[in-house]
Amino acid sequence: MSPEAIAPQSGASTPPASRGGPVSFNAKHLLGIEPLSVDQIQLILETAKSLREISTRPIKKVPTLRGKTVINLFFEASTRTRTSFEIAAKRLSADAINISTSASSIVKGETLVDTARNLEAMAPDVIVIRHSSAGAPHQLAGSCTACIVNAGDGAHEHPTQALLDALTILDHKPALKGLRVAIIGDIAHSRVARSNCLLLGKMGARVTVCGPPTLLPVGFERMGAPDGPPAVTDRMDEALDGADVVMMLRIQMERQREAFFPSVREYFRYYGLTASRMRSAKPDAIIMHPGPINRGVEIASEVADGPYSVILGQVASGVAIRMAVLYLVIGGREQPPQAPEG
Amino acid sequence: MSSGQIERTIRRLAREILDHNRGQQGLALVGIRRRGVPLAERLARALWEMQAVKVPVGHLDINLYRDDLSSVATQPIVQSSEIDFPLSRKIVVLVDDVLFTGRTVRAAMDALVDYGRPKAIQLCVLIDRGHRELPIQAHFVGKTVETDAAEMVEVRLKEIDRREGVLLVEPAS
Amino acid sequence: MSALLVKGGRVIDPAQELDHVSDVLLEDGRVSRIAPGLQASGIPVLDASGLIVSPGLIDIHVHLREPGREDEETIHSGSEAAAAGGFTSICCMPNTDPVNDNPAVTSFILKEAERRALTRVFPIGAISAGSAGERLAEIGEMVNAGAIGISDDGKGVMDGQLMRRAMEYSLPFKIPIIEHCEDLNLSAHGCMNEGYQSTVLGLKGMSRTAEDAMAARDIMLAELTGAHIHIAHLSTSGAADLVRQGKSKGIHVTCEVCPHHFTLSDAACRDYDTNTKMSPPLRTEEDIEALLEAIVDGTVDCIVTDHAPHNPNEKMLEFDQAPFGIIGLETALGLVLTRLYHTGLISLPRVVELMSTQPAQLINQPLGHLKAGAAADLTLFDPDAEWVYDLGKTRSKSRNSPFHGTALKGRVAATIVAGKIVYRCPEYFNGLA
Repeated sequence: MSPEAIAPQSGASTPPASRGGPVSFNAKHLLGIEPLSVDQIQLILETAKSLREISTRPIKKVPTLRGKTVINLFFEASTRTRTSFEIAAKRLSADAINISTSASSIVKGETLVDTARNLEAMAPDVIVIRHSSAGAPHQLAGSCTACIVNAGDGAHEHPTQALLDALTILDHKPALKGLRVAIIGDIAHSRVARSNCLLLGKMGARVTVCGPPTLLPVGFERMGAPDGPPAVTDRMDEALDGADVVMMLRIQMERQREAFFPSVREYFRYYGLTASRMRSAKPDAIIMHPGPINRGVEIASEVADGPYSVILGQVASGVAIRMAVLYLVIGGREQPPQAPEG
Repeated sequence: MSSGQIERTIRRLAREILDHNRGQQGLALVGIRRRGVPLAERLARALWEMQAVKVPVGHLDINLYRDDLSSVATQPIVQSSEIDFPLSRKIVVLVDDVLFTGRTVRAAMDALVDYGRPKAIQLCVLIDRGHRELPIQAHFVGKTVETDAAEMVEVRLKEIDRREGVLLVEPAS
Repeated sequence: MSALLVKGGRVIDPAQELDHVSDVLLEDGRVSRIAPGLQASGIPVLDASGLIVSPGLIDIHVHLREPGREDEETIHSGSEAAAAGGFTSICCMPNTDPVNDNPAVTSFILKEAERRALTRVFPIGAISAGSAGERLAEIGEMVNAGAIGISDDGKGVMDGQLMRRAMEYSLPFKIPIIEHCEDLNLSAHGCMNEGYQSTVLGLKGMSRTAEDAMAARDIMLAELTGAHIHIAHLSTSGAADLVRQGKSKGIHVTCEVCPHHFTLSDAACRDYDTNTKMSPPLRTEEDIEALLEAIVDGTVDCIVTDHAPHNPNEKMLEFDQAPFGIIGLETALGLVLTRLYHTGLISLPRVVELMSTQPAQLINQPLGHLKAGAAADLTLFDPDAEWVYDLGKTRSKSRNSPFHGTALKGRVAATIVAGKIVYRCPEYFNGLA
């Protein structure tokens, strides 16, 4: 490159300062937090922050993904996550198609791969998949040309939830690094716990997970190592001590039948979040919950509706995160690089 | 173009904007990210110094409105747009550093109208290097430069690049 | 009169402590002479120079799927895959449809094998009727019809009292009781090994304790009853310790290990490839170390494949929905040689012991050796040949293997059953003999 100044200028050979941070997403799928780099997480969060403003406009729509097709393929009922993805797609002008099917492939007699191939005939650009089997999005990614976004797979990952949780935390705290985060409840069956642990660990937060020993899975203390694996405890006070953020997980009622704990009453006594328990946390600690809430099971109403609860903020962050993810994965296709527009 | 020349050009452009819109109410400047933003800020400052006219300044990110999203290798980074004043009945002067194909300005106009219905949109650029691909012309041009389509015009502003100047860069062979 | 002269191979027969280059003359389906420099005119000759000549390999743990799931495997196709893997005898598990829990099914398998199988086939009968774990199957009738052992393989016998009765009842028949050790309550509908990997993948884990606990119970019951308990597809360090202790106490306990269990760990499940799903599941690196140690110190009696063909449609399901099991007949010898012999852990005679001599003894068959008059079952292999396993060329009707594209060192050259060549690797024998 030989610079030729239009007008003479001293020190003309110095290139312009490069913009800090990540420059591209470079991933076709969002299968989980685990494969993401810190830069990629940062990029999603920054993009979501920029896109948030769209939802405050009188015309809540931009033409960015016009002509793109997003299929929301939900094998598990979830109105809120599906709606959130649907709104996100529509605000970006993509066509969103919802396919909800409660039956897994074994019940339907059609394999997941067959389902995927049928959808491919509709030429979707993105398939957002929610499935009760861990790994279903990975299997789909292996047999589809569309971008796959994991909207929750079994007890594995729920990456957009962890990202929206991070965005919500950043509304209240200056940075994730160094934050003390307690994740409390059914860790064993929670994809939210796994994704949050991985994300917060990568971003330098100090996570403690807590639940009855029957709901703490083997090896969780190595989750996300060496990035910053969580501390694991069965004592709630230990988890809450000095916490900046308290994330409560939903207890599914059928777990009681599976004898992970004797009764809801007893669970709430030892692992329910009450105002008095919150006193061990930092005075400005925030309380989060991926919803839907079981009041009086994992969280007391007074706390869920209290001043430190940011549960509703999580819902708003969800649309922005999902917009960012759709925008970035569609751009993450492997295509030959082209010169930027002048 | 040196730092001093840029400064003189901006003052001249401010003057032209004032002359062109004499007698009009509701002038506003919207800089196109990234280098249109400091240019818009400087124009606003010049307008204030010359005529004590206070003009609101907005920032516009046009990446969500680009027409080449499905052909670029990776998505451009989206930054926030900040237009915290109503656009209706305003005369909006879009500000950018270089006018080239015209596609950025097309995207910017699409973005602007999603915020409201301005009375008029005008265009002010520091450099017009030709090679338009769309029927777009600037109202206010700092300097017109003859270029090869493959050449690159680099505008450096101290707010972003720490140094200041305009360079014509030949493509690497 | 049929005859075949296998010339110039390195003959390894641990039963006779034989290990030298020699010729083997086979006549009328029997081994007739082993000596160097045998001359025979008018007899077909198989040039085995550079190859190992061993008594035919025996796999005592195979699923042939016939009757019932002939889309996945038949007695014929399974025996073809076995022959290509160097096996001259295979024992088929009773979890067919219908279950081999009565002499009619046992006889059907043997008749079908006689008509269509390339190898010898020995049926294993069920322990309980329908393998439902409730009441004893007709063990004596099945033995009378030709069953060589009993097992409810696919799941463990949960009722300890039923297991005790099965052991006691089988004593006069002198058959091994082959147990799939898995406490189904403890394994809790898991689909892979319980541990760090299952936690990361969000898949339900099967704890190693589910295997160990049942192995412990069965070894204690064998001590109580004097029966022969054979632990199938042993996969944990804990169960290996239990067998070692049981043997040292003089309990009649034996065990088998599958090549995949000492080759892959549960980290192989990371891509949710359903071809890494089997029961018992792939365990941890520590378990692999323990299995290798148990193979070296003699705790392990034999290597088996647990060849379990599945329809590709079923293996295309979600990981937790897909069936357990992989095929293994054609990769077993290559994996054993690659992982055990070429790493210096065991010698070639020990390989032959684990894959021929000892399995023959476990099922009480006069096979697994090359003494004069023995069945002319031979496996010829090249321990140093490097090759890549290609699922596209498998003889099995199924394709569920995690070893597609795996580079192996050690390859079957030819398989001879009752003096007849049933498999010939084209790289060694191009339409000869």
